[in-house]
Amino acid sequence: MAGLATVLGSGAMTNTIGEIEDAGAIFVIGSNTTENHPVIGYRVRKAVRKGAKLIVADPRRIPLTEICDAYLPLKPGTDVALLNAMTHVILREGLEDREFIANRTEGLEEMRRAVEKYTPEYAAAITGVPANDIVRAARLYAGADSAAILYTMGVTQHTSGTENVLSLANLALVTGNLGKPHAGLNPLRGQNNVQGACDMGALPVVFTGYQPVANDEVRAKFVKAWGVELSGVPGLTITEMFQAAADKKVRAMYIMGENPILTDPDANHIYECLESLDFLVVEDIFLTETAQVADVVLPAATFAEKDGTFVNTERRVQRVRQAIKPRGQSEPDWQIIQELARRCGFEWQYESSRQIMEEISFLTPSYAGITFERLEAGGLQWPCPSADHPGTPVLHVGKFSRGLGKFSAVEYRLSAEQPDEEFPFLLTTGRSLYQYHTGTMTMKTDGLNRFHEEELMEINPADAKVLGLCTDDTVNVTSRRGLVRSKIKLTERVQPGVVFMTFHFAETAANLLTNSEVCHIAKTPELKVCAVRIEKA
Amino acid sequence: MVTLYVDDLAVSVEKGSTILDAARKLGIYIPTLCYHPDLTTFGGCRVCMVEANGKLVTACRAPVEEGMVVRTDSSAARQVQRTVVELTLSNHNGDCLTCVKDSRCKLQEVANYVGITPERMAMLRSAVPEVEVDESNPFFKLDRTRCILCGICVRTCQEINGVAAIDFGFRGHKTTVVTIGNKGLAESRCESCGECLERCPTGALARKDYEQPSREVKSVCPYCGVGCGIYLGVRGDRVVSVRGDKDSPVNSGQLCVKGRFGYHFINHPDRLTAPLIKRDGVFVEASWDEALDLVAARFLETAKHYGPDALAGISSARCTTEENYLFQKLLRFLGTNNIDHCARL
Ligand code: SF4
Ligand code: SF4
Repeated sequence: MAGLATVLGSGAMTNTIGEIEDAGAIFVIGSNTTENHPVIGYRVRKAVRKGAKLIVADPRRIPLTEICDAYLPLKPGTDVALLNAMTHVILREGLEDREFIANRTEGLEEMRRAVEKYTPEYAAAITGVPANDIVRAARLYAGADSAAILYTMGVTQHTSGTENVLSLANLALVTGNLGKPHAGLNPLRGQNNVQGACDMGALPVVFTGYQPVANDEVRAKFVKAWGVELSGVPGLTITEMFQAAADKKVRAMYIMGENPILTDPDANHIYECLESLDFLVVEDIFLTETAQVADVVLPAATFAEKDGTFVNTERRVQRVRQAIKPRGQSEPDWQIIQELARRCGFEWQYESSRQIMEEISFLTPSYAGITFERLEAGGLQWPCPSADHPGTPVLHVGKFSRGLGKFSAVEYRLSAEQPDEEFPFLLTTGRSLYQYHTGTMTMKTDGLNRFHEEELMEINPADAKVLGLCTDDTVNVTSRRGLVRSKIKLTERVQPGVVFMTFHFAETAANLLTNSEVCHIAKTPELKVCAVRIEKA
Repeated sequence: MVTLYVDDLAVSVEKGSTILDAARKLGIYIPTLCYHPDLTTFGGCRVCMVEANGKLVTACRAPVEEGMVVRTDSSAARQVQRTVVELTLSNHNGDCLTCVKDSRCKLQEVANYVGITPERMAMLRSAVPEVEVDESNPFFKLDRTRCILCGICVRTCQEINGVAAIDFGFRGHKTTVVTIGNKGLAESRCESCGECLERCPTGALARKDYEQPSREVKSVCPYCGVGCGIYLGVRGDRVVSVRGDKDSPVNSGQLCVKGRFGYHFINHPDRLTAPLIKRDGVFVEASWDEALDLVAARFLETAKHYGPDALAGISSARCTTEENYLFQKLLRFLGTNNIDHCARL
């Protein structure tokens, strides 16, 4: 979430899930909320019943479009053009929040110049969204007392992912929709504890609480607390790690609870990278596709078999409790890591997750007031800087963490891969309601499989007709990187020229096709857009 | 505040409260069937009939008035209650023992309160109509022979999750709960969230493979980033159910299909139960000591020969916060910042 951190000084959901219900307007972009974050989807629907205006921008006719006031069916990868045009309209029509801009932001003029050329007509030509609808959406968003933006991977998984987030931030800043309830800029995180993993410094450049490893003062603090020398050289991102493995620079890898062969773009490449390692250890609850490539596999306990915390998408730290004992010889991951550390010669003596949290709060200013005792009474939203601090439901009230909110001059760039004669379709990927991620967990429930048992690539009936395809036909989907077979489903949900697949199924593994070209700032791979060819199999 | 008298007891409640609110505040039981605190009030079943200032009113709808005198047990009110319950029971499936809601059934509770005798029951019972049970949804079934037309499921599907997959269909004595186009639930727009069956007062909407847990443990859903509060239901050493935590500010007890029904991976036979070491291309089971010593030796060797940056670790957005903390700490202890996770994805 590099984008948000640049302009506001923090990269998490600025507001709280419960507030969505009373928003004046909700702008959902690149988030199939009702399928991917269903309970937040319930809140959005409820808000609409209570009178909120709903704007949906998505290349697919996702279920929320049925109840929205404005639907913007943009071409995949053209978000910046759309968002700049909305900001253009707001400034042109004088709908901006002048007081907020004057007191709380900087860089307006530069941004104004950048969006100058993004007239609705200009953006319409790029995005395929009618100019009128762009104008209407801008007015709906700016006209509400409080307007919340919800977005997910649909926005960040592009080579221009960071620009997308920056232009969203422009929109929120220009209308004063930050630092107040029922508003904000809200990235909805996909997995249960992505927020916790980021907060804990499972990132190459920061320790816990986003404290940079390259900062001498920060490092000195950790050196003192941990009693070891620490490297100040930023590490490799996940995409770089795989490349380094292929180049024999990274020799041994430890993968805990992830299945990158299915989740990462360009699965063939990942497989080869993992194969070229001298040593791979995978720790998981099942023998996943990735575990099968490992030299050693360590059996881990599930969430129901251990104590600890998960941090949800609204920064709420919540307790997970052991309900049953671990299966067979499996062990909670924290115990496995500790055992390994001891065998590497480190004297670790944690007796419980509670004790680990004490160390986290001691070293992490935004977690300083968080203890298991307090969590018994319910979750706490960080920043929670002291034992008597109630937690922070709304970020940036009165002041941004970086001081002033910064407008950014952002230009639209073409996605790395454009359709051409050889690969005439744009493939986008996502998830379904009934499956989750790579299906490691959901596919163990038969009932969930009954609803979504195999890949059904979505294609517009008009395209299918041209290609001579009918429902349930099997096609070969070819990109510059690989080929998968999939059955198809004809649906108006996708626009002509665009096809849609999930990445839940090992057999079809849409990520064999996708592009590992990364966003040049946040290093998020371009999972959302790639060019493919469709042929009847 | 408004002060009134329910069965001669004085109580003060907020203006705009209902008689039912006032009675509940006093701990006085008034039977209800179609009333549910999460939903808008329908007032259709009439089983909450009471006498207020001498007039018969439905307690769930009637607003309180200053000085109002309410009798919950007047003979006129009892008459109505009894008639309502008898009518409802007359075409209700009488096979209570095989019903999953047996002993937790609202209709049984209300019938007991009103006092329906077996003799009276036998006289009333007309043939229960043969209606096919909708078994199309893999997780739950809709048995219309147990439906009392309270409309709680219909309101739930509209007001709680906003799906509006079901509604009342047909008229008069043919009225039933139907999906749009009267298709099976699995073919309808139903999202299998299970919110309706959580609220169904009888066994009309009920889980298929229901096992009552013997204890419950409060936790958090392991799927998406919403982080819904849940209670895991445990029986012996197995997780047999999940329900939403009503007190959670995140979900107020609501869940989606994955959170409510997707717990089978926990008890699944494919779980890894022992460390594995690959020998000549095949995995063989190993002891923890063997496996961990091997991993530690290979890490230390690699760091020694090629430098610590030849090590890399991918942490997990599915593990706990504490585990992520220890994971990055271990890699950093080993001398490298090569730590990431799949959250960029
Ligand atoms: S399961 Fe959910 S979506 Fe389906 S009918 Fe019940 S409330 Fe509606
Ligand atoms: S119940 Fe559904 S919405 Fe709630 S956390 Fe689980 S997967 Fe997400």
